[in-house]
Amino acid sequence: MSRQLHTFPGGLKLATFKHLSDSEMAQQQALPERLILPLQQHIGIPAEPVVRIGDQVLKGQVIARANGYVSLPVHASTSGRIIDIGDYPVPHPSGLNAPCIVIEADGLDQWGEITPTHEYASVDPQELQTVICECGISGLGGAGFPAHVKIREGVDNAVDTLIINGVECEPYITCDARLIQEKAQYVVAGTRMIGHAVQARHCVIAIEDDMPASYQALAELVGEDIELVTVPARYPAGGEKQLIQVITGKTVPSGGLPIHVGIVMHNVATAAAVYRAVTRGEPIISRYVTISGNVERPRNLQVLLGTPVKDCLANCGFTDDGRSKIILGGPMMGMRVRNPDIPITKTTNCILIQRHEPAPPALPCIRCGRCAEVCPVRLQPQQLYWHAESGNFRAAQSYHLFDCIECGLCAYVCPSHIPLVQYFRYAKSKVAETERRERGAEYSLTRFLEKNARAERLRADRARPLPPDTSQALAEKRSYIEAAVARSKQKKELLQKDQADDD
Amino acid sequence: MDLIVTLLITLILPLATGILFIYSDRRKQEPARNEELTSSINGLLPQTQCGACGYPDCHSYAEAIVAGASDIHQCPPGGTDTVSRLAELLEGTALFQHYDTSIDQPPLVAAIDEQLCIGCVKCIIACPVDAIIGAAKQMHSVLPKICTGCGLCIAPCPVECITLALAETRIKRFVWSKPGSTTAGVHA
Repeated sequence: MSRQLHTFPGGLKLATFKHLSDSEMAQQQALPERLILPLQQHIGIPAEPVVRIGDQVLKGQVIARANGYVSLPVHASTSGRIIDIGDYPVPHPSGLNAPCIVIEADGLDQWGEITPTHEYASVDPQELQTVICECGISGLGGAGFPAHVKIREGVDNAVDTLIINGVECEPYITCDARLIQEKAQYVVAGTRMIGHAVQARHCVIAIEDDMPASYQALAELVGEDIELVTVPARYPAGGEKQLIQVITGKTVPSGGLPIHVGIVMHNVATAAAVYRAVTRGEPIISRYVTISGNVERPRNLQVLLGTPVKDCLANCGFTDDGRSKIILGGPMMGMRVRNPDIPITKTTNCILIQRHEPAPPALPCIRCGRCAEVCPVRLQPQQLYWHAESGNFRAAQSYHLFDCIECGLCAYVCPSHIPLVQYFRYAKSKVAETERRERGAEYSLTRFLEKNARAERLRADRARPLPPDTSQALAEKRSYIEAAVARSKQKKELLQKDQADDD
Repeated sequence: MDLIVTLLITLILPLATGILFIYSDRRKQEPARNEELTSSINGLLPQTQCGACGYPDCHSYAEAIVAGASDIHQCPPGGTDTVSRLAELLEGTALFQHYDTSIDQPPLVAAIDEQLCIGCVKCIIACPVDAIIGAAKQMHSVLPKICTGCGLCIAPCPVECITLALAETRIKRFVWSKPGSTTAGVHA
């Protein structure tokens, strides 16, 4: 029985450029001299280092532990020595530094002790969650949300459908397609494990209809329990909310989560990572990365986390001629980075090299409405732009600014070349800044009032007369003084008597 | 004559008593309403308690605005955002010319040069939010996460060892720049 598919609003069929990199087997990227591991490679609270500079570590050893519920540990990607714990450039559009642990590889690549979990089907879902958290698995699709948190939501709520997302809708990116073709058994087994963990009624693996090789690889392995669905290749069909719409016809409410409509979604690479974590106890220390675009040999690499981006680029024959730009992620949603020394992290799916051309000048909005037509979330980008441009961020929020998934289609079709997504990111970060300031003001006010109250208490304390002291010590003191006074009086009387006698 | 009396009784008298009632009611409600307005205004102020407005703290400035003794343009740390929000609340107009509030100040934090600090406690007393720790004849230090950058600790320091500096930019607080600034001035 084939599933009745639905559609999402907007979207576009884009040229995929996937042929550049999807034909070749993924190659193992060589071990670098130094690995830089950011403490935050996921959404949530950064991990907390548990090693010191100079420590020897083995591959797979925990070097930073999860620091809260929505947090993940970081593991050593290879064996070696910790040479620094400090701020280094990380993959972020700001180009700012963030806390990292640096490992000098010893070249042995020696595994530490890892323990597999036995037969997963007999294991309590709760225990699977712990394993998944301890192995540092975050969503490998792009956003990097800790996988165990999503699974926990699934355990706590009734899950109708588990969707494993293999819809790699952005042009150029083929790392998930390669993973499916090379490690299909991991993906399918991982799907069954997550399905067991969340007790899903249906399990679906979704891929695009232009991925015949992936379909072939999966079709041989999925049984009655997993449904393999191909969805029409239309950007952004791989977006979480869009894929839910396509497969189930359900719409995730504004500001809601997939679990609110009974769905849990994970990326195919996350499923494969779960399989490794559960059957072998292997933490996540490497991932598939697509290197594509303007490089000599575009292909996929299996890269240890912490490997510098420039090593991967050099491996694919890239030489910087000063006219290229490096994009982490795809051409639609990726971010431009300027420093090639930044490391590959859990969320790096693609390094794209494009010719750098100055953006065409933005012209005034002509209100053609094309942006609204392609928007997959049914927003009105032209209105959002208007409010973001004039600094009226609250009005932008009332037009559901935060439902924007930053897919980039509006800017892609804009005939005036207005960088719409940049405006929306700007507006979102401004709203976040205002909220931060408000929280700060509230906290300052609490401290100010507390300080005033304390000063008032002190003043009142000082103004109050001391109560009569009735303690034993005071009585002793008083009797001591009285005795002294009595002695003094006696002496005085004696003196006076002597004087009288003398007279 | 009868007509006049009838008119007086049926029209003017109820009108007069009505006006009297409304007036007295206003008089009764006014203090409560002012208090409410003061706290709304205070809620929009940045709570640095810096006194740059000429009043001892944010709440006093809010009271002054309500009393008509001050206007909404006297809060430099609040910047344009606070002025716009106050203007919206009070249904007034945000004027940015000739005022300090026309520039948005980047966040500042105080720092003590611990080598020079003599442990006099004067800055600790001056700090409105208890952001400085230390004790008499002991080294003092600023807690940068709590410091609001008001600068009130600088003047009391007898050895001039406190300076204000830009708060460190961290990824968590990253704010995208406005794209219009790089486009060909079309939106200027």
